Amino acid sequence: MAFTNEQIERYSRHIILKEVGAKGQKKLLNAKVLIIGAGGLGAPVAMYLAAAGVGTIGIADADEVDLSNLQRQIVHQTADVGKPKVQSAKETMEAMNPDVKVITYHEFISSENILDIIKDYDFIIDGTDNFPAKFLINDACVMAKKPFCHAGIIRFQGQLMTYVPGKGPCYRCVFKNPPPKDAVPTCKQAGVIGAMGGVIGSLQAMEAVKYILGVGDLLTGYLLTYDALKMQFRKIKLPADTHNCAVCGDHPTITELIDYEQAECDGTGL
Amino acid sequence: MNITVAGEKKEVKDGLTVAELIVNENVEMPDYVTVSLNDEFVEAGTFADVALKEGDSVEFLYFMGGGSR
Ligand SMILES: [Zn+2]
Repeated sequence: MAFTNEQIERYSRHIILKEVGAKGQKKLLNAKVLIIGAGGLGAPVAMYLAAAGVGTIGIADADEVDLSNLQRQIVHQTADVGKPKVQSAKETMEAMNPDVKVITYHEFISSENILDIIKDYDFIIDGTDNFPAKFLINDACVMAKKPFCHAGIIRFQGQLMTYVPGKGPCYRCVFKNPPPKDAVPTCKQAGVIGAMGGVIGSLQAMEAVKYILGVGDLLTGYLLTYDALKMQFRKIKLPADTHNCAVCGDHPTITELIDYEQAECDGTGL
Repeated sequence: MNITVAGEKKEVKDGLTVAELIVNENVEMPDYVTVSLNDEFVEAGTFADVALKEGDSVEFLYFMGGGSR
């Protein structure tokens, strides 16, 4: 596949990087990334990956755009209120870059459909807003041997970690089981500063791009936390021992996907 | 004795347990925090039984899901 003149110009700031080059840009154009959740996190991920020329981007979310989303979900515009989030996100991405093929999944992910949805993708972004979905994505990615980047945001705080099969702990190594419904405050109850999705979602996009290019060090084996009020990032080393994990350990006890009870906010994107 | 909590050096009483440290540090949602001690997970339910030692390093890992659409 040869670049068109337009592509050479569009991706010139990538191609000039020694870590990317023409070869890396081709890898991006051939890559397939799935974003689960078209909300606060998924929005900047979708936009940066589309702008970067990731050739195939899947986006899954069952929700419609609500006015209260627009404070942070920058992939959607005021005119999109009421429209399926995946449709709105697709329009923004395609308008940004015609090289990108966007595949939409206007549905809730569940144990029934997730393995089928993730199977064609190289990297998965967890941009979901609830623990049942986060554990489901983790377990499915472990079982299907797919790399993914987890993130969570609330108030002025955010965190992320990357799982690559065989390269370090999974989400369940750190957090054994979902907390009981309503035990942990939600963004709706606690609030979230809009730019937090931008900070953490952009870092998730960066992890996906680095994974595709095969450059640098991923956040495998680490949890990166961000406290905006203290203006402090911390890269916390996670215990390396994954042997006892219920899903990625040596003798997994979780061998089938679990649909945990959805908390009150059962939408997909933060 | 001196320990490190979330990257910061702290002086605490000798023999402080993980459970006591959680109270001292005002850890939010103490029932759902994951504790890492010197790069090993401390099993949930044993926090009151684990006494800290000079030079220990403790990290608290919090559930962060966010919530609303
Ligand atoms: Zn694991």
